[in-house]
Amino acid sequence: MKITLKVWRQARNSADGAMVAYELDNVSAEMSFLEMLDMLNEQLTGEKKEPVAFDHDCREGICGMCGVVINGSPHGRYESPVATTTCQLHMRNFHDGDVIEVEPWRAGAFPVIKDLVVDRSAFDKIIQSGGYISVNTGSAPDAHSTPAPKRQADKAFDAATCIGCGACVAACPNGSGMLFTSAKITHLANLPQGQPERHLRIKAMVATHDDLGFGGCQNIGECASVCPKQIPLESIAQLNRDLIASLFRGDGKTA
Amino acid sequence: MAVTNKKTTEPEVAPDSTYFTPGEDIHDTKAPAGPIEKKWPQRQFTAKLVNPANRRKLTVIIVGTGLAGGAAAATLGEAGYHVLNFCYQDSPRRAHSIAAQGGINAAKNYRNDNDSVYRLFYDTVKGGDYRARETNVYRLAEVSGNIIDQCVAQGVPFAREYGGLLDTRSFGGVQVQRTFYARGQTGQQLLIGAYQALERQINAGTVEMHNRHEMVELIVHDGRARGIVTRDMVTGQIEAWYADAVVLATGGYGNVFFLSTNAMGCNVTATWRAHRKGAYFANPCFTQIHPTCIPVHGDTQSKLTLMSESLRNDGRIWVPKKAEDCTKDPRQIAEADRDYYLERIYPAFGNLVPRDIASRQAKNMCDEGRGVGPLVTEVTQDGKSQQRRRGVYLDFSDAIQRLGRKAVEAKYGNLFDMYQQITGENPYETPMRIYPAVHYTMGGLWVDYDLESSIPGLYVCGEANFSDHGANRLGASALMQGLADGYFVLPNTINDYLAGGPFEKVDDSTAEAAEALASAKGRVDKLLAVQGSRSVDSFHKALGAIMWEYCGMERTEDGLKGAIDKIRALREEFWRDVNVTGVNEDFNQALERAGRVADFMELAELMCIDALNRRESCGGHFRRESQTEDGEALRHDDEYAYVAAWEYAGDGVKPVLHKEPLEYEFIELKQRSYK
Repeated sequence: MKITLKVWRQARNSADGAMVAYELDNVSAEMSFLEMLDMLNEQLTGEKKEPVAFDHDCREGICGMCGVVINGSPHGRYESPVATTTCQLHMRNFHDGDVIEVEPWRAGAFPVIKDLVVDRSAFDKIIQSGGYISVNTGSAPDAHSTPAPKRQADKAFDAATCIGCGACVAACPNGSGMLFTSAKITHLANLPQGQPERHLRIKAMVATHDDLGFGGCQNIGECASVCPKQIPLESIAQLNRDLIASLFRGDGKTA
Repeated sequence: MAVTNKKTTEPEVAPDSTYFTPGEDIHDTKAPAGPIEKKWPQRQFTAKLVNPANRRKLTVIIVGTGLAGGAAAATLGEAGYHVLNFCYQDSPRRAHSIAAQGGINAAKNYRNDNDSVYRLFYDTVKGGDYRARETNVYRLAEVSGNIIDQCVAQGVPFAREYGGLLDTRSFGGVQVQRTFYARGQTGQQLLIGAYQALERQINAGTVEMHNRHEMVELIVHDGRARGIVTRDMVTGQIEAWYADAVVLATGGYGNVFFLSTNAMGCNVTATWRAHRKGAYFANPCFTQIHPTCIPVHGDTQSKLTLMSESLRNDGRIWVPKKAEDCTKDPRQIAEADRDYYLERIYPAFGNLVPRDIASRQAKNMCDEGRGVGPLVTEVTQDGKSQQRRRGVYLDFSDAIQRLGRKAVEAKYGNLFDMYQQITGENPYETPMRIYPAVHYTMGGLWVDYDLESSIPGLYVCGEANFSDHGANRLGASALMQGLADGYFVLPNTINDYLAGGPFEKVDDSTAEAAEALASAKGRVDKLLAVQGSRSVDSFHKALGAIMWEYCGMERTEDGLKGAIDKIRALREEFWRDVNVTGVNEDFNQALERAGRVADFMELAELMCIDALNRRESCGGHFRRESQTEDGEALRHDDEYAYVAAWEYAGDGVKPVLHKEPLEYEFIELKQRSYK
């Protein structure tokens, strides 16, 4: 296939960026989207031009490192029949002669580093503020000492599949990180081990989320529709319920 | 049959000293004497302790944030040490442990199926084809149960049964069900558990995290590892960090093959730089080729994707009996015309034979001309061009009939989806096509029982060390080893060393630090100065092709010798003609890759030398010259029951081979049999 790419080029955070067009020939349908970008970079390198910077690592949809906006949708969600990460999007979803626009995540909390690479360390900070169970190594009881009902354990698992890629934030008109935050809240709130710190956790995480410059949630739902791991919008409902309940509890700092 | 009818020849006796210099034997001196089950408690008792009040005065550098590094950083932080943690990704949560699918082994015996610490120990040593150190493996089995307890307490959502208790499944090379799992995403869930524990310590101020920092040098002062040099991957700044001890948990080197199931960024630079500073590299030729990966689609392929070994629980592997059926729709091939070759050759273990055996048999079937999928043009070791189909079927139709589609979906749904997304084929309707791919490296830096390398104060954890898997790793044991090292072993041994600290202060003006900083900067300048015509990737692909052909699933004397010449020529060309775009003081991915590929070029040669020296077949290391009548790996315990620990002797100087004899005190050395 012949593909025309329009890629966001920005030398550094403080520089202005622009969309730049490139022509690619002989793109095969079996290639992944990132392999197509590799091909572009080989071509640019051959012309002694600077290749396009983009984040990627595992290329099997699990590490959460890759992520670009493709034709307006994060990870090219609306180019694919199924939920996907950028690395798992394949060129068989495109046609000969297509023009594809590629941009970085755009959100206040994710400053651009270069080209398609953004800084998502704000996500780590949300987890640091309480997205864990406080258990030191060596102090755990036998794994079977507390059975966990399967239905709730499965619910916890569904939320725990979040890969922290940031597509939810990129999709949200408000740049909100609520789906990400609620995935961790829902994961830990559905396990017996997560109960002691449940109220403490939610107040701290939501406060940090707001401090970091993420926008507020208006239940628009774009986040859940592009999420590669299909974290359901109900997670945010769980977060809101728990947050309200926690406001009547004394433990933890207040939101 | 391409392989099985060949005559077995005795190995030639004299190793070819053109390639290396023999050195003194080495030994582990840390494992205490006595019964095997008393060794670890005894070592924990004799190891010197550090008073809790003194721990914050001691700094530990940990490179890597995967299961081993992340767990170690969190645990040492909890203990009160001052930890500096580094990773090359944008967050510690992205380390490649995350991609492990199938599960984690533990000797819990929750199934009441005769499992025990001893059995897990035995299975691991046998699975590793008797090339692992007994003492380390026993301890691994011993702490395996604690790992599950720890992870459950952290909120890792393992699969559960309706009674609320944990579910387990079977994995290759064993006959008990001891593998705990979290759908097909066990690595992800375990890593997120360790990551959360790590983030908690970052919040507590005990761990200082440095993302997007790549280690490029080790600093050794006064005979001790005292720091590292990193390159900030955003600004290009090259700086030194100092500590009382350094821990490398930087994973394996499978990307030397270019195509592997490793993440794109996985590299050998940290361990290779340490090797050049004096750390011995053990058994570099022991690489694991995983049998169930999605076949290569073409020249632009950038990496390979694994389909979890857990699929072999319910999937049946087969090829057509007749070569002329290979192009047919598999659903049209009658049952009688299918060769379920693993079930035929290994009736006791069937589709669940260890990985090295399943991989080699898949290769044999395709070599016989009974592979499936598109024809691939390849150049053989004799330089001839041939066309082969490189794929075998992994078929779930029996399981779907027996259990129903719903049950299969619940167990393997995400893997099936992934397969369909990558190949465009629906595995519920037509069998998957799979082929072996490079997956894991059993070799790594040599460590003793305490996980300390041959450089005092340099510790190595997880896949980066060589210690536990011998010549072949069993499925679901990588996660176990990473977490065992990080949570339970290192935090109980490194104190013995740190008790001697804090050590003399070092800074940028210390001679060795200044030298390391200058050498790191010099290398970057040298790479950027070449301004040649070939891209970094083209060199990496060329290197990978050499390694896959000559140091892959089947190795020969002549092939390896030829490969060493080819690698040397390629390396020379690399430094003459590589094209690295951009400058150092920038986010420069071409430069990052160039540094890694340069180190892979050096490692590749050592791998071939190691493979050449080991004139026997064992586990994943298959020498064509050394096989049994029916084509199985033939070990030579009288000559090669040792760990080959290689010492770096200088650029262009032959490496020195130190042997650590393997003494089997508790397990009898036997020919492995899974029939």
